[in-house]
Amino acid sequence: MAAETQMKVSDEVAIEIVKMNKWYGAFHVLRDIDLTVYRGERIVIAGPSGSGKSTLIRCINALEEHQKGKITVDGTVLSNDIKNIDRIRSEVGMVFQHFNLFPHLTILENCTLAPIWVRKTPKREAEEIAMHFLTKVKIPEQADKYPGQLSGGQQQRVAIARSLCMKPRIMLFDEPTSALDPEMISEVLDTMIELAEEGMTMLCVTHEMGFARKVANRVIFMDQGQIVEQNEPEEFFNNPQSERTKLFLSQILGH
Amino acid sequence: MSHDNIAFHRKHMLPEAPPPVTETGAIKWLRENLFSSIPNGILTVVSAYVVLTIAMAAAPWFFNGVWDSPSLSACREMLDGRTGACFAVLTERWNQLLFGFQYPSRLYWRPTLAFVLLFVAIAPVLFIKYTPRGLLVLTGLYPFIAYWLIWGGSIVVPVVALLGVLFGAFVYRRTMTASAGVAVIAGIVAAMVFWWAAGAVTAGLSGVMALEPVASRDMGGFMINLMLGVICVSLSLPFGILLALGRQSSMPIVKWICVAFIEFIRGVPLITLLFVANVVLAYFLPPGTTFDLILRVIIMITMFASAYIAEVIRGGLAALPRGQYEAADSLGLDYAQSMQLVILPQALRISIPGIVNVAVGLFKDTTLVSVISMFDIVGMIRGPILASTEWNGVYWELFGFAALLFFITCYGISQYSQWLERQLQTDHR
Repeated sequence: MAAETQMKVSDEVAIEIVKMNKWYGAFHVLRDIDLTVYRGERIVIAGPSGSGKSTLIRCINALEEHQKGKITVDGTVLSNDIKNIDRIRSEVGMVFQHFNLFPHLTILENCTLAPIWVRKTPKREAEEIAMHFLTKVKIPEQADKYPGQLSGGQQQRVAIARSLCMKPRIMLFDEPTSALDPEMISEVLDTMIELAEEGMTMLCVTHEMGFARKVANRVIFMDQGQIVEQNEPEEFFNNPQSERTKLFLSQILGH
Repeated sequence: MSHDNIAFHRKHMLPEAPPPVTETGAIKWLRENLFSSIPNGILTVVSAYVVLTIAMAAAPWFFNGVWDSPSLSACREMLDGRTGACFAVLTERWNQLLFGFQYPSRLYWRPTLAFVLLFVAIAPVLFIKYTPRGLLVLTGLYPFIAYWLIWGGSIVVPVVALLGVLFGAFVYRRTMTASAGVAVIAGIVAAMVFWWAAGAVTAGLSGVMALEPVASRDMGGFMINLMLGVICVSLSLPFGILLALGRQSSMPIVKWICVAFIEFIRGVPLITLLFVANVVLAYFLPPGTTFDLILRVIIMITMFASAYIAEVIRGGLAALPRGQYEAADSLGLDYAQSMQLVILPQALRISIPGIVNVAVGLFKDTTLVSVISMFDIVGMIRGPILASTEWNGVYWELFGFAALLFFITCYGISQYSQWLERQLQTDHR
């Protein structure tokens, strides 16, 4: 697979998914997913709603259980063992569509919670780390406010900072800009671009095709629970192979 | 009007302006709230008339009240035909209303001291943001001190009980790393073993620092209501949380046990459970075991309240968006951590009104113990006081007083809970 080797950014495998299948009851959501993610890769997953793209990345940190196949994250095979799952989760950051900040905690407490309790970092040190990442996402001055006092874009940047405080090796983004007002999308995307430039391994489910063009080194198109097409962004957008991809692109880029 | 000039662009943004100044003050308030329309005006006048009539009738009864008299007949003579209350029954039977009629009067200071200390002990919990963390030690020590003060006996008993709890907690901490469930069981077993061993060792020490013992059956009055209320509310909250979490558990056996317990308890009237505590429970215990009646009642009321609180908290848990669970999971927090740090603080805040509702209801339901021949405040009034020749026939004053005591307590709880809700309001909706 010449294309595959070309798309790699390093030889180290970060995530390996082999013949993974998932059902919701009788509904076959994910069918025979094969995907290898190399360290430092930025992958954008696109597709119509209901195509299983969110479910796919939620399987990687076991928020969803898969029924068949094998997922290996950072060398650890995902099993039902809770310790195993918790360890993988602490290495994999996740950003949600609806931010999911903890409304009863301040921004700073949101960021220090997991480092203190999971990593056993001393409080003072955890706060320093949190302030570092809050500065990075450009909202250190909001540290003592509560999530409810922030705008959507600010909340999403806090959510990114909260994940980064765990020093994850992989970041998953589940439609991070879909719930935002248009004015706020770019501030979140800028943060993500910066992250990508630092070499973070990223999997993003998103409809932001501009972001995909600019940042991704691989775009995956999914439909009906399957990977239909994957390619470098240039090729993917300019020369889509499957009819389904062409239709999808014409619909979202049509306006 | 011509349509050709619709182009517009704003050169200056408008500054924020104050609202228009209209009439304000009492007249405006009256007009808006009491006399906004003709029907509203009529209702205001009628309501005012009703309120005044009641107040006019009650005022002489209250202000002519006799506060010092040995009996109802003496009181009636003093009133000499005028309308008036015989509050003398309250002053004359004050101690009986508060402590019952068998608690030795020279020991009244002990429950009184326990009552005063109660405020010292619960303040750090109620105002946790405004009191130093260290004061929580007082809260932890309070149950043992209060037990010693109220029931008396050697100080060895509460000290052994306290040490047993500490030992259990220590074992729990030590085994925590393995599994939370195992640790809980290990902690309980360790405490039991400690009590059993220490009980044998200290059997001969019953005279050490002994206060004069008072038996449960000698207690009565409002003291019983307060004791049952405080103990049962503080016990049923943790049990309720455990039951609510258990009901959501993915382990079927835990879930079924919790569901069965909750549904059974909720389906049975409290009074039935109290009769069970009073009579039936004795049949199930080995012959010869004496099982304190107050303890039995505490167990029953706690079980009853736990089931209700569990359902209230389940509502709070259900109200949280799934995203909160997922965010906690995705950060690698384990089950206990995500519950303790993320889920429960929010679920409990949502549940405060419901929990307070149960707590207030439970506190008032403690008067039901009067039907199983315990002399709580209602039991005292209906029994020893109304049955006495001096005070036979004084209903309004006595029951009014009992109602007032309960009202003050329950209103206080309610006001506190509303204050707490405002304190915990951080989502700025």
